[in-house]
Amino acid sequence: MSLLVDDLHVHYRTLSGDVQAVDGVSFGIADGEIMGLAGESGCGKSTLGNSLIALTGRMRYVAGTVELDGEELPIGVPDKMVPYRFRSVSLIPQYAMSALNPTRKIGKLTTELLRSRHVDPRAVLPEMVRRLELVQLSSDILDRYPIELSGGMKQRTVMVLSTLLNPSLLIADEITSALDVSTQKAVAEMLVEFRTRGFVKSMIVITHDLSILYQIADTIMIMYAGMMAERASANTIVAAPRHPYTKMLIASLPETGVRFDESRLAGIQGRPPSLLGPPRGCRFRERCPVAYERCAEVPPVIEVAPGHLVACWRAG
Amino acid sequence: MRSYFSRKLVTYGLTFFVAVTIDWAIPRLMPGNPIQGLIARMTLPPGASQAVTAYYEKVYGLNQPIWHQYLSFWTGLIHGNLGQSIYVVGSPVSSVIAQALPYTLGLLVPAILLGWYAGNKVGAMAARRKVLDNTVLPAGYLLTATPYMWLALLLAWVFGSVLRILPLAGGSTFGMPPSFSWPFIESLLQHWFLPFASLFLVGFGGWAIGMRNVIIYELEADYAHYLEALGAPQRLIRRYAFRNAMLPQITGLALAIGAVVAGALVTEIVFAYPGLGSLVFNAILNSDYFLLQGIFLFIIIGVLIANFVVDVVYVLVDPRTRIGMQGGRT
Repeated sequence: MSLLVDDLHVHYRTLSGDVQAVDGVSFGIADGEIMGLAGESGCGKSTLGNSLIALTGRMRYVAGTVELDGEELPIGVPDKMVPYRFRSVSLIPQYAMSALNPTRKIGKLTTELLRSRHVDPRAVLPEMVRRLELVQLSSDILDRYPIELSGGMKQRTVMVLSTLLNPSLLIADEITSALDVSTQKAVAEMLVEFRTRGFVKSMIVITHDLSILYQIADTIMIMYAGMMAERASANTIVAAPRHPYTKMLIASLPETGVRFDESRLAGIQGRPPSLLGPPRGCRFRERCPVAYERCAEVPPVIEVAPGHLVACWRAG
Repeated sequence: MRSYFSRKLVTYGLTFFVAVTIDWAIPRLMPGNPIQGLIARMTLPPGASQAVTAYYEKVYGLNQPIWHQYLSFWTGLIHGNLGQSIYVVGSPVSSVIAQALPYTLGLLVPAILLGWYAGNKVGAMAARRKVLDNTVLPAGYLLTATPYMWLALLLAWVFGSVLRILPLAGGSTFGMPPSFSWPFIESLLQHWFLPFASLFLVGFGGWAIGMRNVIIYELEADYAHYLEALGAPQRLIRRYAFRNAMLPQITGLALAIGAVVAGALVTEIVFAYPGLGSLVFNAILNSDYFLLQGIFLFIIIGVLIANFVVDVVYVLVDPRTRIGMQGGRT
């Protein structure tokens, strides 16, 4: 196991109280595994991803442990996390298009960043040039300012920069959401290529786009309202989901060959609950078509098949 | 790059022409007449005033049609001749200005640049230290909201009148002959300090607040968060943020120069400082068209040059303007 997360709780501080964005999530990722992390907006998937590398502003670590390659990550203590960032855990942020300082040439930015992390740029830059070529960027972008690149080019530059020190774990946060469909596919394939070539050992790909995950992820974890709903191999999630939420998510995807003027695309009625004092019991209860009395209690995570985890009373 | 600067130069040329035309027109729109003031100060036998007025109008060219006056103003200007002062009788305007200019420059240049530099430094520091922020922010708002001459009056009262440690008025001790000696320089500095301090403090407050706000904004920018996620030390992130935050401050400097010049004029009047400000004051009182024109001409040139320098500096420090000029994509 490359990554082991155990009962992680991360809250957001707001004026009206703590938002329980990640509320007791446990999972593991094997070496070389690409795990997709999916769910609606506000389900805590980005919070989970970000908390593994850098807690931002109002995020507060509450409880739980994170272990990477057998070493515990001090994710609650920002200063102690610094040595792990970039080297062991890295991030391709949601805002990759604006992640580069606009007034520094990309080469200079890279050099300064590497120096600040006590890495000799001369030892790494040739590799960076090779990797840029791998993602179809010429090495002269190092001599350009970020504003001279297109959005897709910036995205690929950030991908190369983030993975330059061969981190064990890469968190890719919504990296395809701002791209058009053909670029999405190319970016997704590059992620797989990076894993294959060993630039990164394992990966968490956060997205709300299940179709992208189906193409690249080995396993998929579905989150709902700060908790894990289901986790299984990508094929199982798509073909044989057990959690009613997953089933409805899959059903709401358009299928090829189906004319949607005849049958309306199914959606999920209602909204996710507020995480500022979430309801007791199963958090999906209100929107769930198969809910019954037992759902007033929090459903335990059970392993219905090897590697297939579901948190639902009906699944057992 | 070249087309950018030639475009800028045309703009500056047009601005100069319009500003100088207005500069020529405004004194002539004032009520009163310079010759009348001059005559009033003379003791003339009854009946002679008409002849004297006609004589002086001829000497100063004021009897000619207005368009002719305007044209000869430009011809004079091109030849470097700004005319004769009416108020300082018998002196050419250029030499009257030449006497006052060093005082104003000595006041303005350090006040603008030091105020800008110190304000930015302190503002940047305030953005990351809570204690400093809680003191700099209210002090900055108070200072920047203070009118120049009010702060000048306050300083004059406290240091000149109550504490009596600094002189109240003038450019140097009255009656002391100008010389390159230590007592004279000391006297110059003593007289210079209060007007300088009032200009410096007002500017300082504004810049400190501006810088603090921009830095806080920059530290929340995406690139700052990305660097943090990659474990870059705060030092590097702050350096980037500071540099990026400087860009709007440079533009702000260009915009502020005009206002500071106006502030300096009033401040000089408060301290009876022998710079261009006091000269403007006396020129207005005496309806001295030529002197007023000449002073404002220098102010116009000064403001335009300062703006041009800022334009050039901006191109040097912000890659985005450079790329925009080369027709690059954004």
